[in-house]
Amino acid sequence: MAEAHTSIQLVFLARLRERFGVARETLSLDSSEISVASLLARLRSRDPVFADELAEGRAYRVAVNHTVVGGEHSVRAGDEVAIFPPVTGG
Amino acid sequence: MAAYIRVQTEDFNISEEIAALRARNPRVGAVASFMGCVRDMNEGDSVKLMYLEHYPGMTERELQRISADAASRWNIFDTLIVHRVGELRPLDQIVLVIATSAHRGDAFAACEFMMDYLKTQAPFWKRESTGDGERWVEARASDDIAAKRWQSAEKQTRAQAG
Repeated sequence: MAEAHTSIQLVFLARLRERFGVARETLSLDSSEISVASLLARLRSRDPVFADELAEGRAYRVAVNHTVVGGEHSVRAGDEVAIFPPVTGG
Repeated sequence: MAAYIRVQTEDFNISEEIAALRARNPRVGAVASFMGCVRDMNEGDSVKLMYLEHYPGMTERELQRISADAASRWNIFDTLIVHRVGELRPLDQIVLVIATSAHRGDAFAACEFMMDYLKTQAPFWKRESTGDGERWVEARASDDIAAKRWQSAEKQTRAQAG
């Protein structure tokens, strides 16, 4: 699994998983780390659905290795990055 | 102090959970519990079925964090959080939060705090089936306000202490 050294796991949950049509994928990085903001920009450039759902101002959260983070957080190879809507449990 | 958390598809029995939490601890003088259940109505539409999804791994971590946070703020002995996932129907139990303490004030506050934080931070999502099809439940601003008041209470306490 040499790929794990240069890639991250992306996880989409709930409504976003349904909208994107994917629950989990492996994404290759161009460098050893990338900011959450840059990662989101890269995802937005994929297609109109990603662009719309992940547009700035839309309500969604990003968790890296199970902790919610902000746009300046650095994502590193091997990290699990989850993107999901505001939670509605309880 | 022990913080028990469980995420499960099965139903739970509140009496048994309370008995287990109190067992062999004669210092417990107060037990506060909250149970949330499925209503047959939401946003004016009748709800026939609900599906609860979560993010395994992060869910357990968040529930542990919320329990530890409560234990650091109040004088409590043990806490329990049980949250169900999967298919649920109106009348079904969804969530149970229990806190034990020597006196009621700490148990009441810890229980309400854990529930408010669970509602806004634990990664669970509800999808409900109504007569018009399926929809994901939208987060409520009132839940954010409920969780934030604990932050302002903390600031007030600090200001008074300072």
